[in-house]
Amino acid sequence: MEKNNKTTGKVAGIVSNLVIVEVDGPVAQNEICFILLENERLMAEVIKIVGVNAYIQVFESTRGVRIGVPVEFENHMLEVTLGPGILSRNYDGLQNDLDKMEGVFLTRGEYTDPLNREVKWNFKPLANEGDTVIAGSWLGEVMENSIPHKIMVPFKMEGRYTVKSLAKEGQYTVDDQIAVVADDEGNETPLTMVQKWPVKVPIKAYKNKPRPFKLLETGVRCIDTLNPITEGGTGFIPGAFGTGKTVLQHAISKQAEADVVIIAACGERANEVVEVFTEFPELEDPRTGRKLIERTTIIANTSNMPVAAREASVYTAMTLGEYYRSMGLKVLLMADSTSRWAQALREMSNRLEELPGPDAYPMDLSAVISNFYSRAGFVYLNEKDASGSISFIGTVSPAGGNLKEPVTESTRKAARCFYGLSQDRADSKRYPAIDPIDSYSKYLEYPEVQKNLAENMGDEWLGNVLKARDILLRGKEAMEQINILGDDGVPIAFHDRFWKSELIDFVILQQDAFDKIDATTSLERQKYMLLSVLDVTDSEFEFKEFEEVSTFFKEIINLYKQMNYSEFESDEFKKHESDLQKLLKTKMK
Amino acid sequence: MESQTFQKIYTKLTNITKATVTLKASDVGYDEMALVHGRKAQVVKLMGNQVTLQIFAGTEGIPTNAEVTFMGRPPQLKVSEELGGRFFNAYGDPIDGGPEVEGEIRDTGSPSVNPVRRMQPSQFIATGIAGIDLNNSLVSGQKIPFFADPDQPYNQVMASVALRAKADKIILGGMGLTNDDYLYFKNVFENAGALDRIVSFVNTTDNPPVERLLVPDMALTAAEYFAVDHNQNVLVLLTDMALFADALSIVSNRMDQIPSKDSMPGSLYSDLARIYEKAVQFPSGGSITIVAVTTLSGGDITHAIPDNTGYITEGQLFLRRDTDIGKVIVDPFRSLSRLKQLVIGKQTRADHPQVMNAAVRLYADAANARTKLENGFDLTDYDERTLDFAKEYSEQLLAIDVNIDTDTMLDIAWDLFVKYFTKAEVRIKKEFVDKYWKK
Ligand SMILES: Nc1ncnc2c1ncn2[C@@H]1O[C@H](COP(=O)(O)OP(=O)(O)O)[C@@H](O)[C@H]1O
Ligand SMILES: [Mg+2]
Repeated sequence: MEKNNKTTGKVAGIVSNLVIVEVDGPVAQNEICFILLENERLMAEVIKIVGVNAYIQVFESTRGVRIGVPVEFENHMLEVTLGPGILSRNYDGLQNDLDKMEGVFLTRGEYTDPLNREVKWNFKPLANEGDTVIAGSWLGEVMENSIPHKIMVPFKMEGRYTVKSLAKEGQYTVDDQIAVVADDEGNETPLTMVQKWPVKVPIKAYKNKPRPFKLLETGVRCIDTLNPITEGGTGFIPGAFGTGKTVLQHAISKQAEADVVIIAACGERANEVVEVFTEFPELEDPRTGRKLIERTTIIANTSNMPVAAREASVYTAMTLGEYYRSMGLKVLLMADSTSRWAQALREMSNRLEELPGPDAYPMDLSAVISNFYSRAGFVYLNEKDASGSISFIGTVSPAGGNLKEPVTESTRKAARCFYGLSQDRADSKRYPAIDPIDSYSKYLEYPEVQKNLAENMGDEWLGNVLKARDILLRGKEAMEQINILGDDGVPIAFHDRFWKSELIDFVILQQDAFDKIDATTSLERQKYMLLSVLDVTDSEFEFKEFEEVSTFFKEIINLYKQMNYSEFESDEFKKHESDLQKLLKTKMK
Repeated sequence: MESQTFQKIYTKLTNITKATVTLKASDVGYDEMALVHGRKAQVVKLMGNQVTLQIFAGTEGIPTNAEVTFMGRPPQLKVSEELGGRFFNAYGDPIDGGPEVEGEIRDTGSPSVNPVRRMQPSQFIATGIAGIDLNNSLVSGQKIPFFADPDQPYNQVMASVALRAKADKIILGGMGLTNDDYLYFKNVFENAGALDRIVSFVNTTDNPPVERLLVPDMALTAAEYFAVDHNQNVLVLLTDMALFADALSIVSNRMDQIPSKDSMPGSLYSDLARIYEKAVQFPSGGSITIVAVTTLSGGDITHAIPDNTGYITEGQLFLRRDTDIGKVIVDPFRSLSRLKQLVIGKQTRADHPQVMNAAVRLYADAANARTKLENGFDLTDYDERTLDFAKEYSEQLLAIDVNIDTDTMLDIAWDLFVKYFTKAEVRIKKEFVDKYWKK
């Protein structure tokens, strides 16, 4: 049987979760193997081979493992199982279904099926018998939580095939045969709804990957308005602890205009995952009205779960994203925090006694990160007129909050949007603490993005955005002057300039993630508010002394805040707005 | 009792370093405990037939022909109701002169709770200290440290929090406690008549530092016993986690590992997370809440120990001496409770979130005014008012000697708002202003 082909070996050394195995046959780099204890099988991955010794990182605690224990190699790399039924699941970093595990505590060596094999799906054929197909071609579809889930020719299949037979519309389990395809020589392959794919290899079943050009609405004002991300775009959020990385990511994952959201909790707090799966079944997708959990998959490899699986978790998440992207869907992928993944690499590299790079991280850290980010993107599929995207936003947790550390620097090279969280802003509760001056979106420089913005937000939009940024910058300069020269050491105009930037800060940038209404702002509302605020900053006011400036603007800000807390265009909203207009007139020149 | 069957005695050490010994032995499990020359040790490396053991008390005086026996088990603790009121060392042996505890044997360092089996923490813990309850509310199942300079009364604050928290059990994990502090805890608990609710695992400065590494696991094994087997709400106090981390670095340096920042091991984050993540709300009603202390050197929170801690815990309580009022306060700027939004305005009065934010913002304005003053500039009328407000706010609410209920805290804050500011300056939702703004 198959077993006879498997290479086996015996444990020859153990240091924490690094195990050395003496092997009796061929092994491959990154091959998966199992340490066979009496009652448990511990999964591990080959990370280095020296002569007959395979160095493996174990995805579990190695407590009690002894020298001489048998090890069995599996002939494949770390793979995920792809098929309908992935949405709404809570997986660990190795795609084990956490809900299927018994007991309150995780049991070492317990691996569970990521899919439900019993449930029947209503399969509708999309292809026809006789069609020529390739890897990724859509054979049919099932509805997964109201999302059209395409059943595709497995990505592993190379070359062209002809559809020999295709199941009729009806109820099938994922393991039922739904098609038979044949290659040029007539060799037939039966297909089901399930396929497997190694997580470290990008799925490339698409036609081409143009630069991203469409705005992705996140509902977060200081992203959408000031530094927008695109469908298929990449961004990262570095920030010291407590500056708001997780809250920001959660806010985006709740509101963003995506078909599928994949959240990889990588080496962070378990309670934050609990928050997602407690709240998402209750919250509604603002666009479809369906529950958020229906479009969400969680990959939870929290900080107390095995370190080696942390690295796997981000790849697992990305591969699931690529799978859904191949169906022509808009996928939003979040990883919190990519630093924990880098640290897992560092722990292992140190155990392997490799030559360390900066801060003891492995030398190839930058390449690993770039490689990963490059898997995101907007693609045109081989299916007619179909496109899909993975937008990826990762958080970075810089040691000591210092952005000059290796993970931040490497990520800066890989991601196109930089949402730097500032400690000062967080300390003064100016949330989200995205630094308006240092942060950027490279997409604003893309002509195709500018064109898309002009079409959707109006010709003046980009000019207004740049104007708002300019006011923020000038306000900061005015503030510095006031601090040096004193309140009455500068002309009143400096106070006016400073408070106009505060107005943009308080009304546009600051957003209360915990207020039902303020938490999410539609693009339409963002446009309305920016124009309204810019009207004020364009106005000239009459002030006799500098103290009047702050008093006046604080009242304006207060009214705008009340607007932010009110339903857009509601009576309440309009009332605050008319109060505001009255107030403005009192000082208008 | 330890299994006595077939205990092979080895007597030939091949290598001895400051922290470890190596010998030839067979059939040894990773992480297994051993006795070397009468000292407790643990397997840290297996390479062929070479076994390397870490000796917790250090290797001073250990000869190459020392007796080595393997215990065939990882570190363990016997758990039962008898733990209540008892004091143990880092190995779980009684140090209070009492008898051995009888009970079920549990391995320490048990697996993690399946994240999908956790419940979202939701029970507000009132401590009476407004710097905590008002600005950084604690929730059962939370993990949070005090960040404090070594000269601040963090153990005292922690003891009051513990006694007021209404926990079913309090488990003290003391690491590098001075004997005085150890006696202080013992005294306070005794005087409060709470001793039977308390279990202590203590490593004092008289004990070898590396032994501290066992303390959190011991404390948390006991905590899990009460929280899981008896559905109790357990509060675990860990002090001082900076000394725990120091012990980690001692071990890793002695084992020639490549240090990362501040000569801490590269695995510091995972090592600390494994401990703090034991804080949990179980579905069956039991919970483990962890309140820890991490002492700072020179107030530096960018040091690897507080930095990694901050990334793991659900906030931090930053103690600082306010020279204006001559008291220690819970600093509202650097402190944070990440779970507060689960309870404030829900289990506390609805105006709580807004009042909290407004007060902290006004306090921040006072800090700006102070900077102006220090730089020799004139203060505006608003500046003056913020400074007066800050002083009263600090005195009446932030100081750690405050002990009042949350409604009173909120009322005091409103009184101060009305006394010093206009409605527009306070900027709170109209519905609350209408209700609580009383001249
Ligand atoms: N947009 C926001 N609105 C209100 N409070 C926020 C916001 N962002 C962050 N916070 C506060 O900051 C705390 C820390 O945020 P979090 O995202 O957990 O930080 P990080 O992940 O960077 O460590 C939160 O618990 C919350 O109290
Ligand atoms: Mg976070």
